[in-house]
Amino acid sequence: MTTRDTHLALRRRVVLAGALGLGLMLAGCSGGGSKSGAVELTNVSYDPTRELYQAINPAFAAFWKQKTGKDVTFRMSHGGSGKQSRAIIDGLEADVATLALAYDIDAIAEKGKLLPADWQKALPDNSAPYTSTIVFLVRKGNPKGIKDWGDLVKPGVEVITANPKTGGGARWNFLAAWAYGRKAGGSDAAAEAYVKQLFQHVPVLDSGARGSTTTFVERGIGDVLISWENEAFLAEKKLGAGKFEIVAPSISILAEPSVAVVTANAKKHGTTEVADAYLRYLYTPEAQTAIAHNFYRPRDPAIAQQFKAQFPEIPMVTIDKDFGGWAKAQKTFFDDGGVFDRIYTKK
Amino acid sequence: MSMAPTSESPLARAALITVALVFLGFFLLLPLLAVFSEALRQGAGPFLDALHTPDALAAIRLTLLIAAISVPLNMVFGVAASWAITKFQFPGKALLITLIDLPFSVSPVVSGLIFVLLFGANGLFGAWLAEHDLKIIFAVPGIVLATVFITFPFVARELIPLMLEQGKDDEEAAISLGANGWQTFWHVTLPNIRWGLLYGVLLCNARAMGEFGAVSVVSGHIRGETNTMPLHVEILYNEYDFVGAFAVASLLALLALVTLIAKTVLEWRFGLHAGARH
Repeated sequence: MTTRDTHLALRRRVVLAGALGLGLMLAGCSGGGSKSGAVELTNVSYDPTRELYQAINPAFAAFWKQKTGKDVTFRMSHGGSGKQSRAIIDGLEADVATLALAYDIDAIAEKGKLLPADWQKALPDNSAPYTSTIVFLVRKGNPKGIKDWGDLVKPGVEVITANPKTGGGARWNFLAAWAYGRKAGGSDAAAEAYVKQLFQHVPVLDSGARGSTTTFVERGIGDVLISWENEAFLAEKKLGAGKFEIVAPSISILAEPSVAVVTANAKKHGTTEVADAYLRYLYTPEAQTAIAHNFYRPRDPAIAQQFKAQFPEIPMVTIDKDFGGWAKAQKTFFDDGGVFDRIYTKK
Repeated sequence: MSMAPTSESPLARAALITVALVFLGFFLLLPLLAVFSEALRQGAGPFLDALHTPDALAAIRLTLLIAAISVPLNMVFGVAASWAITKFQFPGKALLITLIDLPFSVSPVVSGLIFVLLFGANGLFGAWLAEHDLKIIFAVPGIVLATVFITFPFVARELIPLMLEQGKDDEEAAISLGANGWQTFWHVTLPNIRWGLLYGVLLCNARAMGEFGAVSVVSGHIRGETNTMPLHVEILYNEYDFVGAFAVASLLALLALVTLIAKTVLEWRFGLHAGARH
């Protein structure tokens, strides 16, 4: 009896192993295969670019077909910028990365060694074909009378922003606030004092920009949302016209969402040429117009002129000139033991 | 003790029933209704449109595929493991029982990260997989692995207590009457455990379709390709497409309800309840 039972157990084990292998094989087949003839480009991007690339991808496909006679299809992945960067390092095979800030692509170059460290020189304008900035979104009628950064730290004002340790957009927010503090107080010490005061007015610290927009818009928490300009326009337009107003502060920061070909992956897929053409296409007047329609600021001066009325004029500092580049800013402000840890834990 | 009513006063009984019903209403029924009402807020047209987008259809297909692969695997494993645990003595049995419970006690995010650490580009097998051009993480196999891991305990956890309670007398009788191993399994063990097995499979299926955390870590979120329904719900919600998000969510809830109804109908049809012997 025992031998028979052992036999049975053994047989079952063999069946189990077989089923497992078969299942994985089937899954592998259905997952991997690429269509013959057509090129497939994987664009790993951050959250708010969905509509933008929905507009640009078909236009580029038509352009590419006309130029080379070949078809190109797209696989899009969206998520928090830092998380997406991590996924590419862990093996998500992006041909191009279109993320919220240069630092997240630096991380791919540094930790994943998937593209050269000087990737930012590969394309014009710091490899940022569109820009944005940081503005305020307030409730209809601006009941708290918020006009500038100074108003955010008045008694009774609740400010919504995300955690700069985890969110790309939140880092831009933090640096814009710092720029104001430095200009108003004249020193880094004054900037630190201002930012510390500002974060005492933050009731909820979400992990990413989308999360804080939802907190402000959907849950109705807070008097002012510090936000990407394109997010603010989108929230204003999509989530109830007439419920919110955009306020342009006296100083802000030029946010440069970066794009890059992930050269190691593109080489492996044989997509180097089309990936490069795709990113260069972003600088054409057609793409720049789509960019402006999706509330990003276009780089092309002629298109920018055309959409001048849409975007408020704001004096802007830049990450390279005023903060010494992302690597330095990251280390000074957001790494463990940096300025943010100091001001936020000593609340 | 008999099954006769207890001796509590009618008042206490009414209070208990009220508490249970109110709790049920607030924590189960109300959220469920909210999902459906939000999904249908703009009428049936937008609701159906949201389910008809290529991305939503792909997410539905993928979710069904994942369940179709992982549930049978865990059914076979669950039966084999409970059989081994309840019918034999062997060294390491206690360890096996503990390991089966592991997915219940580990956070789903950690479960997902385990597979990234194993199969990611910088993981243990990353270089080997890249050399052979095999994709596990950020592709369907990774999602299957994560789902199998998460739903590992459901069938075995249903069956082990049941089979322990039943003992091995029936099997011993069958074998002493000349039945072989397969015959014993098909004609004696399986009928004995069928309700427990069905219940375990339904729970396993519900979780396989609904798992978010572990799958989110290994998915890569490629639209129309590696987004399961729960991931698609989150993405739609983050894109302010509330009707779309709740439409897919309500479909997911509907699938869960259908499995529960199927279970109830089966029980009623055979006049039996889970755990009863034939």
